Amino acid sequence: MIQLEGIRKTFKVAKRSAGLRQALKALFVREYSQVNALEGISFSIREGEIVGYIGPNGAGKSTTIKIMSGILLPDGGTCSILGYTPWEERVAYVRNIGVVFGQRTQLWWDVPVLDSFELLKDIYLIPPGEYRSNLALLTETLGIGDLLQTPVRQLSLGQRMRCEIAASLLHGPRILFLDEPTIGLDAVSKLAVRQFVKTINREKGVTVILTTHDMSDIEALADRILLIGKGRLLYDGKLEELRGRFESLPMDDIIVRLYREFRL
Amino acid sequence: MRAYWSAGKLRFVGGLQYRSAAFAGMATQFFWGFMYIMIFVAFYSHSSRAGTPSMTLGELISYIWLQQAFLAFIALWFRDNEIFQLITSGNIAYELCRPCGLYEYWYVKLLATRLSSALLRCFPIVLVAAFLPEPYRIGPPPSAASLFLFMASLFIGLLVLVAISMFIYISVFWTMSPVGSLLIFGVLGEFMAGLVIPIPFMPGWLQNIVYALPFRWTADFPFRVYSGHIPAGEALRGLGIQAAWLFALVLIGKRIMTKALRNVVIQGG
Amino acid sequence: MNLYFRYLTILFKSQLQYRTSFWLLAAGQFFIPFFVFAGVYFLFQRFGEIRGWTFYEVALCFGVIHMAFSLSECVARGFDSFSALVVSGDFDRLLVRPRGTVVQVLGSKFEFSRVGRLVQSLFVLIWAVTQVQVEWSAAKAVTLLLMVVCGVMIFTGIFILAATMCFWTIQGLEAANIFTDGGREMAQYPLTIYEKGIRIFFTFVIPFGCVNYLPLLYVLDKQEGSGFLYMLIPLAGALFLLPCLWIWRIGVRRYRSTGS
Repeated sequence: MIQLEGIRKTFKVAKRSAGLRQALKALFVREYSQVNALEGISFSIREGEIVGYIGPNGAGKSTTIKIMSGILLPDGGTCSILGYTPWEERVAYVRNIGVVFGQRTQLWWDVPVLDSFELLKDIYLIPPGEYRSNLALLTETLGIGDLLQTPVRQLSLGQRMRCEIAASLLHGPRILFLDEPTIGLDAVSKLAVRQFVKTINREKGVTVILTTHDMSDIEALADRILLIGKGRLLYDGKLEELRGRFESLPMDDIIVRLYREFRL
Repeated sequence: MRAYWSAGKLRFVGGLQYRSAAFAGMATQFFWGFMYIMIFVAFYSHSSRAGTPSMTLGELISYIWLQQAFLAFIALWFRDNEIFQLITSGNIAYELCRPCGLYEYWYVKLLATRLSSALLRCFPIVLVAAFLPEPYRIGPPPSAASLFLFMASLFIGLLVLVAISMFIYISVFWTMSPVGSLLIFGVLGEFMAGLVIPIPFMPGWLQNIVYALPFRWTADFPFRVYSGHIPAGEALRGLGIQAAWLFALVLIGKRIMTKALRNVVIQGG
Repeated sequence: MNLYFRYLTILFKSQLQYRTSFWLLAAGQFFIPFFVFAGVYFLFQRFGEIRGWTFYEVALCFGVIHMAFSLSECVARGFDSFSALVVSGDFDRLLVRPRGTVVQVLGSKFEFSRVGRLVQSLFVLIWAVTQVQVEWSAAKAVTLLLMVVCGVMIFTGIFILAATMCFWTIQGLEAANIFTDGGREMAQYPLTIYEKGIRIFFTFVIPFGCVNYLPLLYVLDKQEGSGFLYMLIPLAGALFLLPCLWIWRIGVRRYRSTGS
């Protein structure tokens, strides 16, 4: 269902150096250095899987997510999701996916949550019947029935995150990308979010790709992890196996070991 | 005194960083300058029939270029959002813990911001304007005295302007939103300072009002001193009035500020 | 279109949360051009006319261009404040939605307080229309309407161009004011009073002349030759929007390949 083959991405970063002379020079000529964000990432994901996509900061996690959600164009490699190439048929493709960016909001700040939902209904052109049934299911399983009439700015972070997730699922996507969905949440909200992700995966068969720094998220949710570091896929398999191999070292140490193993 | 000096220096150096903003600003100001001059040239071309205008074209052109060059000295809508946030968020408590007067501290901060912003722009603009072809060229002041008086009046004008702008910040203690006062001071004040059209072009009844208010001392007065439209003797007297306004505005501002600080026992804690 | 109105209602509801600040802003938007207009009035009191144009004729010019400007500031505010959308990363959000970017950016903001400026320019326009010495006809009324509508398109095009710059750099955006605020101030006088270079630039590159000066010649019976041509000139000005949209697409493509 999701197939990535040798995806590469390089960013140009403007060099900045100190000193007035350099700064003046930079007004006219800019020097760039290449940063290899992804150096040939390949993996495939089957329908109905929950995959944890993990790695340290700057490893290329969000670049991969952006490529898979059609925001970013890669420099090379192929990617086929649900038969689409995400960056080529953006508008047709994104109807089938839901994206939650944990640190940003897609809800309108000053109006009740329901108003944002209604707007999303028009953006995604969701048929009224489908909208009603999806909304009913989501409000019930996420327990946000009481929050729908509240303006977003009055919600707590946990309440807001639940509404965010509901907003990303209103159009019934088959794939859900969760970019750090539990960041900053308290324990109760974290549990609620995890519980919900499990439910939606089990009952609607939604494929979930999740990035997080919180290993307990992964333990609770993912049957499989993809570990990336410095733009390369370091590990693809079950979390327990990785743990077994490294005698249950903490995750950070495992990554350091793997870096050494791959001579990065 | 040291504290004010280093706070001001910090601001000043910080302001010098925004080079590309300065370039963009200069481009904008040149455009406005040219545009105003063309409009006035068109008006003047007809004036031979309508009687002599109240300023010569040369005086007007120096007025326009100086206005563009020293925009940071005369624009009331230049604002420091940091101070607004300090007041509305209640974080002003920290500022009150510092061992210096809040009025003086803010005054220096605002002054330094304007100085750094103007210094980046004024010399290039005046310099380029001095070498433009006619009729766009800015002429030299008629005498050394005019030049000297211009510089003095411009500087005291700046001090008066900062004193006026302090009222905008102080008013936020009561209104909790800068929008209203920025509007009244910004729009009305700039018109009264002669930034929309020079004061000599206003009808007599309006001139009487404008001359009674402090705003014109920030822009209209120094610019007309430069071109000699206000002769040296009168300019010298003007400097005295400017200083009197400065004294009065600072005194009133400080008094209201003390009252504000006493009344508003810091928002939310 | 349907979606756009949905955006409008939600933005209007948000705006209602801040009523006092809305009224103050609207009042400000009313008074800023009011004082500029007062300035124009005083200058005409002094000088009588400008290159053969009377006060009411210039007031007509002023009303039309300010109306177009305020409408486009209402509508295209999303592009005007686009740098914030890019800096915060919220533009990514728009890209994962199955709609065009233009309608989504347009819908991201709507500045209702610009109604103040709109009302002011409407007053000026009505005053000028009733005072200016012209035989009014249906064709002239249509021309006036076309001038405003096509003027909105030009201003919107400039907003889009400035927003597109954000994909390359967010520094120095202030320079775009030359064409929005500057264009507005300039076009409030008939283009004929300016130097030749400026006249050519603002007729053929950024065609303010097409939505203001040239059709006004027809409205005020100053034109030479067929009035019909002058009447349709605003439409030529509106074409300006097309290359702007095209450049916008290039910008979006670049954003998606550099991710910055």
